[in-house]
Amino acid sequence: MSNEKVHTILFVGVGGQGIILASDIFSEVMLRAGFDVKKSEVHGMAQRGGCVSSHVRYGEKVYSPLANKGDVDILVSFERMETLRYIDYLNAESAVVINDEEVFPPSVNLGDEPYPEDIITFVQRHFHRVKILKATDMARNAGDARMANTVMLGALSAFSGVNDSYWKDVLREALPERLASNNIEAFESGRRI
Amino acid sequence: MNQLMSGNEAIARGAYEWGVSFAAAYPGTPSTEITQEFSLYDGVYAEWSPNEKIALEAAIGAALAGADAMAVMKHVGVNVAADPLFTVSYTGTNGGLVIVAADDPSMHSSQNEQDSRHYARAAKIPMLEPADSDEARRFIKAAFALSRQFDTPVFLRSTTRVSHSKSVVAPEEPNARREEREYVKDPAKYVMVPGMARGRRVVVEKRMSALREFAESFDENVMELNGSEAGIITAGMTYNYAREAFPGYSFLKLGMVHPLPEKMIREFASKVKKLYVVEELDPFIEEQVRAMGIDVTGKELFPYNNEFDPGVVERSITGKSRAFDVPDLPGLPDRPPNLCPGCPHRGLFYVLGKLGVFVTGDIGCYTLSFMKPLEGLDSCICMGASIGMAHGMSKTLGRGDAVVGVIGDSTFVHSGIASLLNLAYNRSNAVIVICDNRTTAMTGMQDHPGTGVTLQGQATKKLDFEALAHALGIDNVRVINPFDLKETRTVLKEELASDGPSLVIARGACALLKSKESQGKPPLMVDVDRCIGCKLCLDVGCPAISWRPFDSLPHGSTEGKKRKRQEGIALIDVSLCNGCGVCQQLCKTGAIIEVEANE
Repeated sequence: MSNEKVHTILFVGVGGQGIILASDIFSEVMLRAGFDVKKSEVHGMAQRGGCVSSHVRYGEKVYSPLANKGDVDILVSFERMETLRYIDYLNAESAVVINDEEVFPPSVNLGDEPYPEDIITFVQRHFHRVKILKATDMARNAGDARMANTVMLGALSAFSGVNDSYWKDVLREALPERLASNNIEAFESGRRI
Repeated sequence: MNQLMSGNEAIARGAYEWGVSFAAAYPGTPSTEITQEFSLYDGVYAEWSPNEKIALEAAIGAALAGADAMAVMKHVGVNVAADPLFTVSYTGTNGGLVIVAADDPSMHSSQNEQDSRHYARAAKIPMLEPADSDEARRFIKAAFALSRQFDTPVFLRSTTRVSHSKSVVAPEEPNARREEREYVKDPAKYVMVPGMARGRRVVVEKRMSALREFAESFDENVMELNGSEAGIITAGMTYNYAREAFPGYSFLKLGMVHPLPEKMIREFASKVKKLYVVEELDPFIEEQVRAMGIDVTGKELFPYNNEFDPGVVERSITGKSRAFDVPDLPGLPDRPPNLCPGCPHRGLFYVLGKLGVFVTGDIGCYTLSFMKPLEGLDSCICMGASIGMAHGMSKTLGRGDAVVGVIGDSTFVHSGIASLLNLAYNRSNAVIVICDNRTTAMTGMQDHPGTGVTLQGQATKKLDFEALAHALGIDNVRVINPFDLKETRTVLKEELASDGPSLVIARGACALLKSKESQGKPPLMVDVDRCIGCKLCLDVGCPAISWRPFDSLPHGSTEGKKRKRQEGIALIDVSLCNGCGVCQQLCKTGAIIEVEANE
């Protein structure tokens, strides 16, 4: 990736999925790689369960921490249906990384509304750079289901063109030492997708 | 070394670098982290005050005693602090005094969208507004310098997007602690009786005049000339959006939004053919520029409401949007915020929703109880309003069984105590409930006088709600466990039937509180054989409970015969459930059981 363009990554999902931490880690990696970085979250007032999105923008000089609609380069969606809520931020060339898992909203839990079907097919019809993974299962295989966000970062890292060492340094520092090797394994498993 | 910091972290850093020694605040999104972060630096004093008025008064006292002090609050907190605010402008401050006010365009976590800049103008106090984290760090220092130079309180205005965005900060070493200015008794300056205030009133106007002159050469009012076609006057975060959307335009970026640099504005206007003012919320700058007789375009194009982004600025000027248009996008279910699994409010508001009374509510997580399926709260205006409104409604309706006022523990301390006194004094019949979850939950678990711990972690005198209520003159004081539906219902009915004002303290720790009593309770699950699919357990609106039609479940996971009697079953997500047991009390068939009992 060149330094001149401002790159925009949008992390989306549901409160409690580790989206903020993932976007913090990504931002730190880009800072160490020498970019100007700005990051901003949009979330509602609940502690958990609501929609969460985090905008990360990096380049030689970044002004706005919020993306313009149509300008997002990579959408990293931690929940299948949430992918669709942010489609207007993308363009035909955007890459999309989806954790193929669902978290039911209250209306679905109460049986009042169905969970939308065929989301993956829909996304694949509109975008040609799509990565689908089961991040929680992959994280469980690496030692702890809560590392699903690290798996997602691994998948994202394949697009970012930044030296691996920045990633691994930041991942090591972001988590307790006893989880470090598992965490690197989770990251690698996402990266291989 | 350069670091990524939120605007709030950067304000705290800047305050530390300047040598601020005293900070007082009441938690409020998006301002909370400023005081929390500041409290962690060496050698500083920081406190959670009961409310913003008390925080400001404490900071005024500290400044008067010679310190550099700040009071930190969200935009609506300035309303609470407005009384001392308008008069400390007259007295001046001796040491440095900065009021940090964080606005919330889009009302991400607020009940209104007021624009704090009006306070700067109304109270005749200068206001600085940073656009990113490093500016936040620098501007808080500039604000203190200004305060000391002009003997005035100074506002630092942030917005949610400045406070909660992260950007690169270049921290500097802290100053050697500034010499504290000695306190001198000076009644003409500090005793604002009419005769003295009239004298200070003149000083204020002279000071404003000097500040207007200062604004013309203030380093952070910056002209950025990129050609004469069009120019934008803007300030704060909005500058970033406009700069990104129109890199070819010229900019006058104001670091000081009150008072405005008139000569600089006139000069900038003369250099561009078309002039815009781009600002979120009210046309604060625009109307003043118009009053200078300058032709300018503003709110006829840009929205009054909600925060902007680069797209809003671009679309307002060009009429075009670059949003990706996918015509066949399916409709999506909403994800409204919800009370957490194990929340102590759930049981209380389930009962309140069934009582058929009007529930005057307040500000906190429990405000979410207005939603389906609980529907246990009927109003929300401001901090403390629940008690005052319950009193007024109860007096008007003339019945004791019609109104319940509900307020959180921290909110009660903030602005409920005097209202409760009013119930006793003016003999109201309302029932007041304090949802005492042992913390300030909504802003992220801050301590308050009822928790017995200070911001800096010291054990302190713990407020006794029961003793306080008795002292205020409330004779009927009851304590209930809100996880016990039967007890909650019985006590509320008894107090609604009783004469005179009542206080019910619903005591149950927040599910997210680290020290919570409910920790260690085993999660619950649904016994598929006993569940009759009646959906009663769904009435508590717990995120851990869902209802699944048989068609959606894996084949063979339920018995065939069951399908004839019912359409589906309830399920509990064991990973979310924390075993609070409220749903268990609703199940008529005993189908909700402890996971361990099943194993």
